[in-house]
Amino acid sequence: MIPRHQTVLLIVLLLASAAMGTVLWKQFRRAHERLLRGEATVPTEAPLVAPDQPATLMVANDADNTVEPRVLTLPLPQDSEARARALLGQLFEIDAAPDATHPVPGGPDSIAQVFLLPIPGANGKAAAEPPLLAVVNLTGSFAGGHPSGIEAETLTLRSICATLNANLPRIEQVRFLVDGQPRPTLAGHADLTRTYLAGPTEPGSGTRP
Amino acid sequence: MLDAAHGGDDPGAKLGAQAEKDFALALAGRLRSLLVARGMDVVVTREADVDLDADHRAEIANHAAAAACLSLHATLAGANGGPSVHLFLSSLPATKDVGLLPWRTAQSAWIERSIALAGVLNAALNAAGIPVALGRTPLAPLDSMTCPAAAVELALPPFADAHQASEAANAEFVPKVADALAAALVEWRSSESLPGRNQAGEPQP
Ligand SMILES: [Zn+2]
Repeated sequence: MIPRHQTVLLIVLLLASAAMGTVLWKQFRRAHERLLRGEATVPTEAPLVAPDQPATLMVANDADNTVEPRVLTLPLPQDSEARARALLGQLFEIDAAPDATHPVPGGPDSIAQVFLLPIPGANGKAAAEPPLLAVVNLTGSFAGGHPSGIEAETLTLRSICATLNANLPRIEQVRFLVDGQPRPTLAGHADLTRTYLAGPTEPGSGTRP
Repeated sequence: MLDAAHGGDDPGAKLGAQAEKDFALALAGRLRSLLVARGMDVVVTREADVDLDADHRAEIANHAAAAACLSLHATLAGANGGPSVHLFLSSLPATKDVGLLPWRTAQSAWIERSIALAGVLNAALNAAGIPVALGRTPLAPLDSMTCPAAAVELALPPFADAHQASEAANAEFVPKVADALAAALVEWRSSESLPGRNQAGEPQP
């Protein structure tokens, strides 16, 4: 038989470890909250989200195969990549709405990332502001849920390219990835293996304002 | 040359109970019959539910040296839109240099003829009261075809039945589109065989 004093000791130790665990968990939670509050109030960092400002979203319409500008006022990040992602998120929210003219399920989370890279070998622009290639990384669930069709898929790509160029005019080319990987087509039709032109389609077709 | 898009492991769009690959094959069969009945020679890319990549489709088209190449697709029409036709051309810019054509962009030497073909198809569909949306896009088999080429995508309400156009709208709409396309292709061939119009590129102004 186990002596009575050992049983008592075991129970006391178990209770003590449970109490210590609770205290540690509460301290961790409090520290985490402090950390979050602290990050948001560091005075030397620029605000992550700027005040509301106008943005032009190029919204697709399946009925007439067009992409039309829609000007909204949005809180947009200062950083170009975050800004591009936020703009496309807003565009996909419009497409995911019940009354969408180009219905595509998914919404703002359909964009995993947008990367901006200087276009290699591009010239004729001031070196400080080289034209950019946007790499748009879509989620697999967005591509998987996208309606299959030449018009529907082409319109999605057109509206992405036009929205990026309308708000970030340095973006002249766009490439697409799905879940970080190259993919032959968006949903069976539109070619995702090539680089799309986001700016003027013909060289020398006028300068941008 | 008629190309029933998709096939095999690539079903294309889901049209309710029917897959795009099956619909495209049936439409190609219907259109082929209409054209053969009018005395035209027709080459098809596939006659069964088989895998066929874009290069192979373009090879068949280019080997046939066809007067017109149509790639047949179908997609679901929007909830608030009736049935319609999307007419797509390659987005390649035109080139006059027909000396040596890179495979991926061979269509650029034919794009002006393709635009003319699309005009004839559009006019015939409009005459039949069928709404048409025109567009241009990079599309792998089209971009490599050395013939006047267009992709015809029917936007349809969903099929309730896997084997036939049981939806009243589709039962009426699909034959109407096929008839209009056949009439347009007959007209196109007669204009193609006119003297001076059988070269790539429009006559210079
Ligand atoms: Zn298709």
